[in-house]
Amino acid sequence: MIKLIVQLSSPSLLRSVSVDLNNDSSLLIDIPDALCERDKVKFTVHTKTTLNSFQKPDFSVSRQHEDFIWLHDTLVETEEYAGLIIPPAPPKPDFESPREKMHKLGEGEATMTKEEYTKMKQELEAEYLAVFKKTVQVHEIFLQRLSSHPNLSKDRNFQIFLEYDQDLSVRRKNAKEMFGGFFKNMVKSADEVLISGIKDVDEFFEQEKTFLLDYFSKIKDSTAKAEKMTRSHKNVADDYIHISATLNSIAADDNTALKQHLEKFAELLEKLRKVEGRVASDQELKLTELLRYYMRDIQAAKDLLYRRARALADYENSNKALDKARLKSKDVAQAEENQKQCLLKFDKLSESGKKELTSFKGRRVVAFRKNLIEMAELEIKHAKQCVILHSTCIDLMDSSFIFAVVQVRGRR
Amino acid sequence: MMLLCRSASFSSPARCISNEDQEPEYDTGDLDSDDGEEIFTGTSNKPFVSTPPETDPSSDIFSEEGSYTVQKHTAPKTNGVQSDEELDLFAEATVELTLTAPNSRGRKEIIGPTEPLSTTVNTHGKLHVANTSNKPSEEVEEEESGDTFELNIAVTNPEKMGDGMNAYMTYKVSTQTTLPAFRSKTFSVRRRFSDFLGLYEKLSVKYNLMGCIIPPPPQKSVVGMTKVKVGKEDPSSAEFVEKRRAALERYLQRVVSHPALLQDSDVQEFLEREELPRAVNTQALSGSGFLKMINKASDAVNKMTIKMNESDNWFESKLQEVENEEQLLRRLHASVDSLVNHRKELCSNTAMFAKSVAMLGSSEENSALSRALSQLAEVEDKLEQLHQEQAFSDFFTLTELLADYLRLLGAVRGCFEQRMKAWQRWQEAQSTLQKKREAEAKLLWSNKPDKLQQAKEDITEWEAKVGQCERDFERISSTLRKEVHRFEKEKCRDFKHHIVKYLESLLRSQHRLVKCWEAFLPEAKAIV
Repeated sequence: MIKLIVQLSSPSLLRSVSVDLNNDSSLLIDIPDALCERDKVKFTVHTKTTLNSFQKPDFSVSRQHEDFIWLHDTLVETEEYAGLIIPPAPPKPDFESPREKMHKLGEGEATMTKEEYTKMKQELEAEYLAVFKKTVQVHEIFLQRLSSHPNLSKDRNFQIFLEYDQDLSVRRKNAKEMFGGFFKNMVKSADEVLISGIKDVDEFFEQEKTFLLDYFSKIKDSTAKAEKMTRSHKNVADDYIHISATLNSIAADDNTALKQHLEKFAELLEKLRKVEGRVASDQELKLTELLRYYMRDIQAAKDLLYRRARALADYENSNKALDKARLKSKDVAQAEENQKQCLLKFDKLSESGKKELTSFKGRRVVAFRKNLIEMAELEIKHAKQCVILHSTCIDLMDSSFIFAVVQVRGRR
Repeated sequence: MMLLCRSASFSSPARCISNEDQEPEYDTGDLDSDDGEEIFTGTSNKPFVSTPPETDPSSDIFSEEGSYTVQKHTAPKTNGVQSDEELDLFAEATVELTLTAPNSRGRKEIIGPTEPLSTTVNTHGKLHVANTSNKPSEEVEEEESGDTFELNIAVTNPEKMGDGMNAYMTYKVSTQTTLPAFRSKTFSVRRRFSDFLGLYEKLSVKYNLMGCIIPPPPQKSVVGMTKVKVGKEDPSSAEFVEKRRAALERYLQRVVSHPALLQDSDVQEFLEREELPRAVNTQALSGSGFLKMINKASDAVNKMTIKMNESDNWFESKLQEVENEEQLLRRLHASVDSLVNHRKELCSNTAMFAKSVAMLGSSEENSALSRALSQLAEVEDKLEQLHQEQAFSDFFTLTELLADYLRLLGAVRGCFEQRMKAWQRWQEAQSTLQKKREAEAKLLWSNKPDKLQQAKEDITEWEAKVGQCERDFERISSTLRKEVHRFEKEKCRDFKHHIVKYLESLLRSQHRLVKCWEAFLPEAKAIV
């Protein structure tokens, strides 16, 4: 199986999605390297801090994907953070696509030349590496968003995650909790119905709800289409490999003047496919990843709205309970207390929710701007490079013609 | 180079005349320094060279829609590259043939048995068919004083005739020429697909035994035609018709670029005659049918009882080369096909993405970002168009070229088979002669004078046959050699031309891509 050890030199370079991080250096987290063994990825989480709450100023631990999920879920389940947008959990590392391609390559090995096979293999390894880099980055961003959040960075579980030098699997979801998680998902879909049906009294939240629900479905669609588009790009690039290799075979056998033309053409295609491959992967990083990330972020924002809606429902229920208690003149004090609590919770949620959602807007726009600009610049750069490659090739083909004329004239 | 000659005044069937002394000369001497100048300045902005001005108003037959290859001329700078012996400059899509027929010697020269002709090609596709028996200086003289003839062909205006399952497409075949063999300078006829197949059949019957490489016709396609017949006005049937039209045009251009075929009366009739009798027996000539025919022939040869004693290694190694090349071209064709399909996929995925982003932009609340997103959608729309055109170019420039050459290589192989068959016939004639001689000897011993006379006659007859077979074999061998040379040159030219054309299309695409994204960039920067 493949064992990849990746040294990531400068994390900030890899950051494709702009995250609004404060420049507070009291808690700096990064993932300097990771190990991929079979299907398991082991991340090295490195922390540098000036805070006293930590035992050491500089330390590293090894974490798996499941540990990140555990951290995310515990945060979500923490009452205190109900009014916050919890950064979305990083998606599971997915090596399915390159693995499938590797499999197909192995099957088709017999039909290709050695050169072709080597190139395809290189291409695949690059793809594998790209997936790997992406997953590291996504996990890193998750931690960094936590560390830069005023409330979440102080979370006890977060600290444990960063610091605990043993395996975290003990604390991870056991079967019971997993079942709980499943139940939670069911509740969530009921929530969707809940909030989409009821019109909110608060203008701000009503608008937000409408906008987020609509935007979510659109961005989900765009993400899927962007993925397909990027994959097609990759396919075209791969085709260039095959064509280039076959042209080289033909050129090898050819003894006429056509030989050099074929060779030059093959060479061009080889260079081209690298550029096309880069176009595809840049597009993936800047566009598809952007859309994907914000799709998840919007889901997190929607979750906030659900929680608020549930708090409201709780409050309304507590009101009804209070009325009933008053009617029966039983447990009135308790009901009153309950109602007060619910109201408090709801208000707190609404207040922090408003703050969070507003800053989320800004964050999103900034991220889109940054990535769209970078993508456009990269596309221009690659296209210009292609132009140069093509013109050079055409000129080369023409120049050999000029030599020919000179020769013929010389002969006469 | 063998010339098969037909002229209006001769009605005898064509005979291929062999002339051992005159080897093909693809002579660089044919090219004037004047022509060289032209090459450099590349003044071929118009599709044809203005030789003795034949600028009828009807010369715009070639500017009609559908004449794909003619219209897409650009970059005259892109000329071909040298071969070893001469300047191989590719022709533009229209083939111009120049026959030097010095008036002083009259037409006899062209049809004379002792004057094989050679061909050379210059920038604008003029095929100089000059007498090689002359010294270079005379040739130059001839060229300057001789009439130069051109012939340009275009296939345009596909039209559906009839209805339902009996419907068929006709195509307008337009010719512009200065060849005196034709009645007028510009004329056009309507032909249907089976007419083209019929032409091929006639030509192959006549020339197959000579070792000439006859260009194979485009493939039959039941599926494609049925859709057209049924009347489905969808883009795929339009694409099919365009594909076929372009293929028919290339086919005819290849036919007339063969000097012998140009002279052929069937070809001339095809181009000129108003109504052609309906060709029958065209069933066998579908694409796969054609290749099957060739393969059957090679199977038959393999089963030959007498193993061919190859005196000339050239043929054996050349055949091997052809077979190898065919295999590689097949692989290349498959890869390019895959490229076309993936690009088409990219095109449709881009279109879907563009729509999706437009929707996203419309629901975006930040107005600057919303505008940027809808701009992005527009960019992606333009990209989709780009990809579409690129796929089109991929297909017509590369895929179809490769498909044509796969069939052509099959035809070449067929010629090699024919030569082997000719050898076989010769051997069989020889063995029959031997038997007759033995029979005569026996009769001599047994003293039967009446049968002896018969035997002697038989021997004479078979001696003549053997002589004929031997001559046939020699003739087919040398024709084949020359044909292969000619074919290779043309292939070289063709491929170079198409490669450069393809590169140019890629270049154009990328230029436009740059422009698209450069237009988008300020929009993205304007987001607040």
